[in-house]
Amino acid sequence: MGETSLSIQIKGIRDGLLVSLGGAAWPELVAGFIKNIDERSAFFQGGRVVLDVGPQELRVAELSALRDQLSERGVSLWAVLSESEVTERTAQNLGLATRISKPRPVEVAEAASQSLPQDAAKWVKGPLRSGVRIVFDGNVVVLGDVNSGAEIVAGGSIIVWGRLRGVVHAGAQGDETAIVCALELAPTQLRIAGEIAVSPKKQNKTQPEVASLQDGHLTAEPWHESTGR
Amino acid sequence: MTAKVVTVTSGKGGVGKTTSVANIAVALASRNQKVTCIDGDIGLRNLDVVLGLENRIVYDLVDVVEGRCRLRQAMIHDKRLPELYMIPAAQTRDKTAVSPSDMVRLCDELRPEMDWILVDSPAGIERGFKNAVAAADRVIVMTNPEVSAVRDADRVIGLLEAEEKGPVSLVINRLNLAMVKRGDMLSVEDVLDLLAIDLIGIVPEDENVIVASNKGQPLALDPKNKAGIAFQNIARRLLGEEVPFMDMDSPTVLQRLLGRK
Repeated sequence: MGETSLSIQIKGIRDGLLVSLGGAAWPELVAGFIKNIDERSAFFQGGRVVLDVGPQELRVAELSALRDQLSERGVSLWAVLSESEVTERTAQNLGLATRISKPRPVEVAEAASQSLPQDAAKWVKGPLRSGVRIVFDGNVVVLGDVNSGAEIVAGGSIIVWGRLRGVVHAGAQGDETAIVCALELAPTQLRIAGEIAVSPKKQNKTQPEVASLQDGHLTAEPWHESTGR
Repeated sequence: MTAKVVTVTSGKGGVGKTTSVANIAVALASRNQKVTCIDGDIGLRNLDVVLGLENRIVYDLVDVVEGRCRLRQAMIHDKRLPELYMIPAAQTRDKTAVSPSDMVRLCDELRPEMDWILVDSPAGIERGFKNAVAAADRVIVMTNPEVSAVRDADRVIGLLEAEEKGPVSLVINRLNLAMVKRGDMLSVEDVLDLLAIDLIGIVPEDENVIVASNKGQPLALDPKNKAGIAFQNIARRLLGEEVPFMDMDSPTVLQRLLGRK
């Protein structure tokens, strides 16, 4: 095995192959990884790869180039794990997952009651177009529209400064106090904790609205009436 | 001379990519531009039919990529216009016969000789789409004023933005004004509101487009047809002219003669 393979670890997981790249400059790692694939193309052919890049900061060009190289070899890249927020955002922009399924923690109930820490919000610049999926444990704030076909799953509340037409799930871990608000609330589907609702056929008036769970029922009301929250 | 590579794509099929490529190419070529259009829809080629060049195909895109012929040999010259060429797709292969880097290489080879290279993308967002946009300097996203086409366009725009391809501009094709007025069709404003990108053309629905495509005689050659004028306007906007959007509501000559709107 060559020197490059030292920094490339490959292991099989439930969701495909987990490839950990680390300890060297990105171009070297990519070259090493591609070489690895070319040497064992039968093993990789048709494989689904999760890439763990550690703290590497990757831009769109780098990640999409690698993805294209992989797809030319019949390998599909579907997720990128990273400690760097830049890389995570890049991966999300390219429609790649940034988390792979892990067994859920047992204390879901407890997490729920604490899933609205005041400081933990993900700030997203819109428009979120069809096919984009944002998953975050805390609150999500979108500056811009959320188009139909886009999806937001948040542990906490979701605030959309724009039109909300996609699918949103607030309080995804069971937090029933989570809310969803938007300048125009017209989601394809709206979920808070375990409740699901579709928006009623569109009325002509558009006004900021807030959706919340009240006595176990999803209700939406104009923003000004709920300023007391 | 350095050509601009313009890719026409849509996500959804059947919105009029191929027809538009043919018409924009004809419109550009009729303005003394050197134009090559490339059919990126390997396995389902159509651009040759719409341009009326199907019986002149000897070599195709895949032959060039695989080295069976020189680039020049695969370029079919359209005799109606002095500087219009087309590179057909292979019909017996599939999208994997070409890679994004092949497209970049091919376009780079063509660039010095042309003003414009138009790439007709296949529907979808997979390999064929990636091939088609690989070399693009700018992208035209086509859509129809209907919900499914707009949603697919939205997805494609998202992908293009993620890949930092641009600029991306929009053509709304097959707009039926009567239906918009009745409230049965999304209006231009509705579509722009949703997609939030620059508009470069609005093409009215016109059954003559289908007739012309079947005959292999692009409508942009017809100076009186509104859809043809719309395509000419897109070409002018590509050339940097400021062209106001056509008033689709103005009465036609016949209606005016008959004294009604």
